[in-house]
Amino acid sequence: MVDVAIIGAGVVGCSIARELSKYSITVSVIEKDSDVSNGTSKANSGIVHGGYDSKFGTLKGSLCVQGNSMFKDLNDQLHFGFNKCGSFVLAFSSDDMVELHHLYENGKKNGIKNLEIVDREFVLKKEPNINQEVVGALYCADAGVISPWEYAIAMAENAALNGVSFLLNNKVTSIAKKENHFTIQTDKNTINTRYIINCAGLYSDEISNMVGVNRFKIRPRKGEYILFDKEYSGLTNSILFQTPNNGSKGVLVTPTYHGNMMIGPNAEYICDKEDTSTTSQGLATLQHKVQKTLKSIDYSKAITQFSGLRAATDTYDFIIEESQVKQFINVGAIDSPGLTSSPAIAVMVSKLLLNAGLKLKKDHTFNPNLTPIIKVNELNIHDKNKLIKKDPRYGRVICRCESMTQGEIVEALHRPIPATTLDAVKRRARAGAGRCQGGFCSPRVMEIINEELDLPVLDINKSEDKSNILIDKTKKSMEVHL
Amino acid sequence: MKYDLVVVGGGPAGLAAALKAHQEGLEDILIIERDTVLGGILNQCIHNGFGVHKFKEELTGPEYSQKYIDKILNTNIQVQTDTMVLHVTKEKELHVISASQGYQVIYAKAVVLAMGCRERTRGAINIPGTRPAGVFTAGTAQRFINLEGYMPGKNVVILGSGDIGLIMARRMTLEGAKVNCVLELMPYSNGLTRNIVQCLDDYNIPLKLSHSVVKIHGKNRLEGVTIAQVDKQLKPISETEIYIPCDTLLLSIGLIPENELTRECGIELDIRTKGATVDQNRETSITGIFSCGNVLHVHDLVDYVSEEGEIAAIGAVNYIKSNKKSKKEFAYTVPMEGISYIVPQKINIGDQDKTNIYLRVNKVYEQCVISGYINNSKIYTKKYTKLTPGEMVSFNIDKGKLSLSEQDQIKFKIEEE
Repeated sequence: MVDVAIIGAGVVGCSIARELSKYSITVSVIEKDSDVSNGTSKANSGIVHGGYDSKFGTLKGSLCVQGNSMFKDLNDQLHFGFNKCGSFVLAFSSDDMVELHHLYENGKKNGIKNLEIVDREFVLKKEPNINQEVVGALYCADAGVISPWEYAIAMAENAALNGVSFLLNNKVTSIAKKENHFTIQTDKNTINTRYIINCAGLYSDEISNMVGVNRFKIRPRKGEYILFDKEYSGLTNSILFQTPNNGSKGVLVTPTYHGNMMIGPNAEYICDKEDTSTTSQGLATLQHKVQKTLKSIDYSKAITQFSGLRAATDTYDFIIEESQVKQFINVGAIDSPGLTSSPAIAVMVSKLLLNAGLKLKKDHTFNPNLTPIIKVNELNIHDKNKLIKKDPRYGRVICRCESMTQGEIVEALHRPIPATTLDAVKRRARAGAGRCQGGFCSPRVMEIINEELDLPVLDINKSEDKSNILIDKTKKSMEVHL
Repeated sequence: MKYDLVVVGGGPAGLAAALKAHQEGLEDILIIERDTVLGGILNQCIHNGFGVHKFKEELTGPEYSQKYIDKILNTNIQVQTDTMVLHVTKEKELHVISASQGYQVIYAKAVVLAMGCRERTRGAINIPGTRPAGVFTAGTAQRFINLEGYMPGKNVVILGSGDIGLIMARRMTLEGAKVNCVLELMPYSNGLTRNIVQCLDDYNIPLKLSHSVVKIHGKNRLEGVTIAQVDKQLKPISETEIYIPCDTLLLSIGLIPENELTRECGIELDIRTKGATVDQNRETSITGIFSCGNVLHVHDLVDYVSEEGEIAAIGAVNYIKSNKKSKKEFAYTVPMEGISYIVPQKINIGDQDKTNIYLRVNKVYEQCVISGYINNSKIYTKKYTKLTPGEMVSFNIDKGKLSLSEQDQIKFKIEEE
């Protein structure tokens, strides 16, 4: 029996796990996929929003601003990487300027301090390459970018080191309400727990239904993105939104934490919760809409396109509450600004648990700090040489596009939440995230996985089960092995 | 550490450059190679057809590179493998990292850049759909099969009829895979004619010209692709869409010179070739830094890569030996109608009389003439029965006879016979 079971290891589940690891309680995280941060959390804009566009008086409004203020300290402790690059909402007409003032007023009510309406000159000084027809902007210095999966992984790893157990590859199939606890059945295990926190993202409605709470229905909203070569880094410096009008949010241009330019997302409601395909129409829409911000983009500099599904509902706000089934807490409908809000959501959930009768006693052994994977690139020459002398693997570059060494990849395979797939390595050690998209390094990364984890090469997956990269040995090599 | 010449890259261009520089009497030469062995991409090119021009025989890739490696090992040329060059500066300092030596700064009198090229990926051509396992660039699949001994799939569609795609169509067939078809966006193939005959026709693999992949299907492993014919503007025609079940999609959709070091160094690049802008000695906009092989422009035959490595080596040796810092005066080559690029882009008129010109045409031409003009007067002309974008055109012009002056433009174009 555990005290709390968290269903879903996205940014919200991982944030809650880390928050709860501060207390002397037992916590398990149950995740259907092979890695944490594998759904919506890995495919979004990666933005720590200012919080001016979340309606005042809603959970989104308060949690987004509160979450934003937590990122600096979190990054100091967990080192996932946070670039407070600031954001502009760009106006191209007097109508847009009117809308900016609405956003400004709303932001002020939400409690944002560093928010101002700036003129054309201010914008163009910071962003000289954008469409010169810009007339003004709403500037928020507190907005920034993170790599969303590295943030979630860091939260999960810190939680794991502080005693939270993670059950990956476990899909919840049923939940039985007992007198004072729940029995969660997964496709592999049975878990008894006193409290359940449902943060299953796209599937949070279905998990809620398992205990008979039909409070909300998720309507997946697809957002497609195009990511560019680092050759384009420096073309823009801040997060660039377009002023929303007539219900359209426009598309944004942002640097990612790692310095790639990214454009997106569109927004399309779909039915299939697994449909993360990109579409020719969706990508064309992006290319059309982005022209308002950047007049010409060379799409041959794109390195990948992807889409993510937002766990949206028909209502505007997040749903964070103890349900009518006691000790079952729903954390649902977490669409944008869910990433920014996640650390604040975690604090709110701990209070809900307290109110629901769970004793939360501070665990004095809690260590808030996480030692990240060594980043060879960021060391000075002296430290590089000291490290390489101690462990030569940090001198062998495996991923040439992102300059990632064997040492860093090996570390990723032995972290508190270890990588076991190519995508998981990519999310922890960047190998395969660069301009060649793994063309050069994937055979070598597979060799390292094979050696370090003793996993047969033919069993190495790209991501989930049955996503194996290779299917057989060649005829010749089979003869040799006979 | 100091060297007269540092060659970045130990593939065919770098090997030829280092060997030639040694033969020209240079003593102090270092080759830096990121892989654990020399030879570059030739190591995985186990098919034959290399060296027809250079050695008058058909060699495999490893045989071709071994000819150079054997000679180099008999010289005092230094080789540092398993070493990555991270930065090259204008002052010709090379920042490198390796497991054995750590982080080093190496000083060179001259540098030859020979980093080769990489394959374009799915992202560069915006193919919509899911992102399953089973979508490979042709070269990655080639490495898995030829060097690692593994099959990336059994039921294959190939997009792009570049030479690697054609070679892989045959290779996968020989390994027992079913290759459904090779699709080519353009109305003509970018591959060598001999490869279309020997790799597709001989195995009854259909080549579908003016076709592309419009959607990728499958959640975990590739399940199929939707293909369609494209119109003259290269836009897919939706009525022609067909679904082909397959577990593997190989992409052979072009090569990109790998010029990240070059760009960072501040060397001028040509948007046409995506390589450095060079003179006839393959010297870049920064004196003493030379560029050759596929990092300069993508070649069709390795023989020309080696040839260009030697040109760059001679340039580098002369640069090191001469010490002359005379002002350079350039005339320029200009690609006009029908020509997609020309290397070299400029001609240093105070230097060497014979200039080797490489160029590519922008589509298929039959019974045509390539002509060169300076100020409307014809200075060069040659007839061809057929020219295709996939096959490089190479010829010499004798600069001495042209009496070029500074800023002259030599305009090359395709004309009807």
